[in-house]
Amino acid sequence: MQITDKIIENHGLTKDEYKNIQKLLKRNPNLLELGIFSAMWNEHCSYKSSRIHLKKLPTKGKQVIQGPGENAGVIDIGDEDAIIFKIESHNHPSYIEPYQGAATGVGGILRDVFTMGARPIALLNSIHFGSPSHPKTKSLLNGVVSGIGGYGNCIGIPTVAGETKFNETYNENILVNAMAVGHAKKSKIFYSKAKGVNKAVVYVGSKTGRDGIHGASMASAEFDENSEEKKPTVQVGDPFTEKLLLEACLELMRDDSIIAIQDMGAAGLTSSSVEMASKGLLGIELNLEKVPCREENMTPYEMMLSESQERMLIILEDGKENHAREIFKKWDLDFVVIGKTTNTGNLTLRYNDNLEGEIPISLLSSSAPIYEREFSKKRVPTDKIKIKDLKKIKLEDALLKILSSPNHSNKSWITNQYDQMVMCDTAQRSGSDAAVIRIHGKDKAIAVTVDSSANYCKSHPYTGGKQIVSENWRNLISVGAKPLAITNCLNFGNPENKEIMGEFAECLDGIKKACEFLNFPVVSGNVSFYNGTNNKNIDPTPVIGGVGLIKKLVQPINHMFKGNNNIIILIGKTFGHLEQSCYLKENYSIISGKPPEVNLINEKNNGEAVLNLINLNLISSAHDISSGGLITALSEMSIGSNFGVKIKKPKKLTSSIEYFFGEDQSRYILEINEKNLIEVEKILQSKNIYYEKIGFTQDNNFEIEGEMKISINDLFKVNNQWYNNY
Amino acid sequence: MNSSVIVFPGSNCDRDIAVALEKMQFKNKMVWHKETKLPKSDLIVIPGGFSYGDYLRSGAIAGKSLIIDEVIKAAKSGCLILGICNGFQILTETGLLKGTLLRNRNLKFINKDVNIKVINNKTSFTSKYKLNQILKINIAHNEGNYFTDKDHLNKLKNENLIAFQYCDVNGNISDQSNPNGAVENIAGIYNSKKNILGMMPHPERMVDNLISNTDGINLFASIMN
Repeated sequence: MQITDKIIENHGLTKDEYKNIQKLLKRNPNLLELGIFSAMWNEHCSYKSSRIHLKKLPTKGKQVIQGPGENAGVIDIGDEDAIIFKIESHNHPSYIEPYQGAATGVGGILRDVFTMGARPIALLNSIHFGSPSHPKTKSLLNGVVSGIGGYGNCIGIPTVAGETKFNETYNENILVNAMAVGHAKKSKIFYSKAKGVNKAVVYVGSKTGRDGIHGASMASAEFDENSEEKKPTVQVGDPFTEKLLLEACLELMRDDSIIAIQDMGAAGLTSSSVEMASKGLLGIELNLEKVPCREENMTPYEMMLSESQERMLIILEDGKENHAREIFKKWDLDFVVIGKTTNTGNLTLRYNDNLEGEIPISLLSSSAPIYEREFSKKRVPTDKIKIKDLKKIKLEDALLKILSSPNHSNKSWITNQYDQMVMCDTAQRSGSDAAVIRIHGKDKAIAVTVDSSANYCKSHPYTGGKQIVSENWRNLISVGAKPLAITNCLNFGNPENKEIMGEFAECLDGIKKACEFLNFPVVSGNVSFYNGTNNKNIDPTPVIGGVGLIKKLVQPINHMFKGNNNIIILIGKTFGHLEQSCYLKENYSIISGKPPEVNLINEKNNGEAVLNLINLNLISSAHDISSGGLITALSEMSIGSNFGVKIKKPKKLTSSIEYFFGEDQSRYILEINEKNLIEVEKILQSKNIYYEKIGFTQDNNFEIEGEMKISINDLFKVNNQWYNNY
Repeated sequence: MNSSVIVFPGSNCDRDIAVALEKMQFKNKMVWHKETKLPKSDLIVIPGGFSYGDYLRSGAIAGKSLIIDEVIKAAKSGCLILGICNGFQILTETGLLKGTLLRNRNLKFINKDVNIKVINNKTSFTSKYKLNQILKINIAHNEGNYFTDKDHLNKLKNENLIAFQYCDVNGNISDQSNPNGAVENIAGIYNSKKNILGMMPHPERMVDNLISNTDGINLFASIMN
């Protein structure tokens, strides 16, 4: 078959990239080989635009067992226990087919985690939709939420935390990021590096179909009005089979049968076989007629590029084949030896003894293109908002507007569709700053949360990058966990655009700065470029997934007020930063100015002090202050608890709007029983922490002296109506 | 007391129920669905999950599996059988319990803590509860909307075979406190001999204050009694 310019273009390769392939191969590739190059060299698999920037991120630390480069990151949580976790995007498929796109996003990230020997113990998600008034938003929301739930509920892993946001920037390109967290024994972690020649390469799991062919290439191209036509390339999820695959893999992992294991994710059989061989500096030979197929007459091209779900590739130790086969037979799953490792360094593909393709593996991995794309830096926006110049809105009305907005409304309409309790170790369900999951059979627990702040990142990417890491850190601290490490999902527009590349580079600089300062390394992650349609790019939306450790879980702490007449303390300084705030956006539709600055020294000191107080059992509840400012955080603490507040009017700031709605960083609200107050103040003073006693809890009413008074029932109602009426 | 938990492909609350049973001092064994003999058991539990993916109809395929013949035999000889969630669905598919579980009326999966009322406390499953005691128990299902015909419904009422009904925090049984549309707010039922209980709520999720509450403990304590 003649490789024409059209075929090259359809494979998402540039003419230069194709010439490079010819040069490296010293001949023309056939169609199968071209498909394999295209799968391995696309943005999704090769990280060709992002790699030089990703290198900057801090990935090491005492707590890190395995950083980026494997299926998922691995951290040490003491004793024999390791936590394995990663976040990944499934944006493009979810826009085309929301239920299956979201479901297979969950399935894919779960496989990344159990491939490494972990039993998954928690699922999280970060989902971003267009404006609620956009005609597609409602059905996308419905489809994505039921897809996430459909997969997690069936496989029986609790979906415990997440975020859901609406913004017109995602009108034509939603974001669906899924994170999985698993627990393994430190001595039983499995990697993807092949070792040894002539070892059996085994295919296990579902059969291969024509679904998802070139999915990875799709994820690397911008959408246009023909995107709907790509429907057949969206994979279909089967959580039941994944449950069987999970149990079968974990059963096989009990002994030492496995040399290397890799799930077939993006670019399926191609990337899994190439990655395992490439890491082991080996070759791999596959006999494609042996691949279990779901459809008739599948070609080698289709088999190598299919992204059918729930499949794994395993390299087995000699003599373990029968033992392994028995296990997969018990679980009614396919188990077929489809090839072997070789010392040729080549990917060799045969079908009924005919050589169908042969490519040196190094050409697919280390010779993949790397681009140092041009980027432009963003200046700090200088526009200032003067409250005096705006039409006056009453404090209470402004608060109710925020609490009833889609982005701040109670999300139980969503979270009630997820099984949060299966596995019976969920100590804090969604709705608080982070979820808390007990390590099964032990008294320690982990806290997990995901965060993003796209408007901050758009306004000033460097500050935004710093801010999300800090906010994530703060959320973990608020439930009493010591933050350990993060995974990130970097959702950006078209990297060939200088400004977008600038957003990416500078967000990463900000993330790096905060991670380094807070000793909060990045252990895994995923980059999703080309989020946009017809040259309209999404706002930069890096999503941070964090994991923290609670050494001894006695009584989980959350954000809900616990008693009457308790003292409320505000930790951290309030300057009244209103630019880029939720207050201006919801009440005046103003999105301008710079995001709030993060002072990392204060961040660290305040956070460590709060954690210390929680560990000493001196705090009744804790909540970090983020979007919506102090008053929004206070109302969140009231809603759902049976207690209101009485807050003093601020003395220092002239405008109570700035005081109550400003989004200054590094702040927490703590509820403290009066009997602990002296000790708490002593500790805060000894650590030089800035704090204010701003009021106390009371029955029934949410009250700001001289400004507003509303019953907590009314607050609850206002906060709980949007989703049910949508 | 000896208990057996039947494990189907796709069961996912099997570990949870085993943990609860062991906590309550049962000697528990897990029984794989392909087995044809049951270990000696005083209690057989069919756990929650998505047996066979619930692909044909929830519980339908599990209701025809090898081990189920043994469960039916044991049930007829008076062994206690507890089906939770998917287990309840499977019991209706086998005919051991009558009626069926339809899709929730809002057509969505529902996971939340709900209140249920103990309607009959003179059974092997509920003797440790007070009559009309209100329990807060977690539900998690797509198909929990119990339905049965009029005759059977009358029988359930007349013979006191309704185990639990959904209610509000004060014990009022109303449409508002009905999470899934179940007829008469039914959350669980017994067979005529009251040795078989099928229920949608998950008592095994409520045995630990650190995670939820301990409202489920007395169910297991009653059986132990």
